[in-house]
Amino acid sequence: MFITNVAILVLAGFVGYAVISKVPNTLHTPLMSGTNAIHGIVVLGGIIVLGLGEDLSVLDKGLLVIAIIFGTINVVGGFLVTDRMLEMFKSKPEPVKEDQEEQR
Amino acid sequence: MRPLLASSFVHSGDLIAVLYIISFGLFIYGLSGLTGPRTAVRGNRIAALGMALALLATFLIDGMGNWVLIIIALLIGTVIGIPSARSVKMTAVPQMVALFNGVGGGAVALIAWAEFNDSAGFADKPLTFVIPSLFAAIVGSVSFWGSNIAFGKLQEILPGRPIGAGRLQQPLNLLLLLIAVGSAAAIAAGETATIYILVLLIASALLGLFVVLPIGGADMPVVISLLNAFTGLSAAATGLALNNTALIVAGMIVGASGTILTRLMAHAMNRSIPSIIAGGFGGGGTEAGAEGAGEHGGTVRATTAADAAIQMAFARQVVIVPGYGMAVAQAQHAVRELATELEERNVEVKYAIHPVAGRMPGHMNVLLAEADVPYDQLKEMDEINPEFSRTDVALVIGANDVTNPAANTNSDSPIYGMPILNVNESKSVIVLKRSMNPGFAGIENELYFEPMTSMLFGDAKSSVAEITAELGAL
Repeated sequence: MFITNVAILVLAGFVGYAVISKVPNTLHTPLMSGTNAIHGIVVLGGIIVLGLGEDLSVLDKGLLVIAIIFGTINVVGGFLVTDRMLEMFKSKPEPVKEDQEEQR
Repeated sequence: MRPLLASSFVHSGDLIAVLYIISFGLFIYGLSGLTGPRTAVRGNRIAALGMALALLATFLIDGMGNWVLIIIALLIGTVIGIPSARSVKMTAVPQMVALFNGVGGGAVALIAWAEFNDSAGFADKPLTFVIPSLFAAIVGSVSFWGSNIAFGKLQEILPGRPIGAGRLQQPLNLLLLLIAVGSAAAIAAGETATIYILVLLIASALLGLFVVLPIGGADMPVVISLLNAFTGLSAAATGLALNNTALIVAGMIVGASGTILTRLMAHAMNRSIPSIIAGGFGGGGTEAGAEGAGEHGGTVRATTAADAAIQMAFARQVVIVPGYGMAVAQAQHAVRELATELEERNVEVKYAIHPVAGRMPGHMNVLLAEADVPYDQLKEMDEINPEFSRTDVALVIGANDVTNPAANTNSDSPIYGMPILNVNESKSVIVLKRSMNPGFAGIENELYFEPMTSMLFGDAKSSVAEITAELGAL
């Protein structure tokens, strides 16, 4: 099982490299923010450990609740802030492009 | 010892596995959408959908309990996350990303800590569980504290200049790393006392603080990117420990992308990642920069908005060089209005975007896009540099270090060798700046002392607005 997981890990690294090395410079900030949101997936780890824990101490429950809160902030905030940034790129470049070419 | 996951996957395991596969398929598809400005919004939403699916799949795991706590924690996180993401100003996005990154790393470290307590010091756990968990604990803790320092520096709660112990810094950091790794080795070798995990977490926390504190503000984007990659790797390690493919794949993709991005950014600044981590950049160069300025006679020519307006009105090509000063002054809309005014007078307007202008790559693009500046007027460094020699006016708005010719000429300068925008090749340079204070890297800019340069002091937004008004009056 562990070896399979390591294989997945290595392959995922190459997939990440292949997909992301094509991103243009101008999208680096949204990219950083977007990938930042994705590693918020650790929230699942917190949920699993808390959800499957049968005799967790109060301290551990507290730690895991904070971990889930943190992970959720990471996910929700990360995706929203990326969305806000990217919305700005959507602004209709076509008509302005034509104007500019007329000027030349 | 109760098996954490293995048995619970038996019943609903297949469905969960399928949902996980779909969800990280969506992550990869979504990220590939981020490669173009047109598909980027959709890409981000697809990745978010993948996240929702992964969350749903996790809820289906057999034998889950503690629902009340889980739901409450998710709600609190959402209630904190939404308004902070909604209300953050676009100028403050870099530190927001640092903060979101930090809490992610914090979550990783807390999970590892809780696991340690719950399993009585990882007793009876296989090394394939223990080692990834310890790795996650160290890296997560470094990332959490390091990101918080990065946030503090960018938010200007902490001074942007390097703070450190000088020569002692490196041995101190090494010692902290050794303490953290040593505690991890002790735990892996079978020690179960709580003190070991606490020493590990505290040493890693101090390491995160001490690594980032001495780093000058100019290098902060690279640091955030590096910590982003670290958090991704620690999430992947948590996935290995918990045998959770979604965590492994998503975490590793972030680890890989963050590493590439970090390298690209460091390359753009002509800095190696080790020398950035070594810290101290941004303070030591002041003297060298000042000497360089002395060679140019040290005279600075101030100008007025009316003069700047006249120069630009009769130019054929104006290149606008935005920097962090534009972001701080929220001048992007004013800049767009100025550009429109110039275009009505048949002046060709382009924007020169240095890869590390502002405090993150793409920072300027985001701001200018917010002000509806057409995407194709934004020129990257390699594209615009040959054009400066046939540019009549270069309008530098709050950009400093990325225009400093010392990077090309003064081998004593700490930024020597950094690729810059060759603004000094234009016929005339107008610099909008609040004062003569040095830039983020803390070094003097020789450009300001060159004969073709004139300075328009004041807040970038009101200066640009004044120029636009003068243009209208011409």
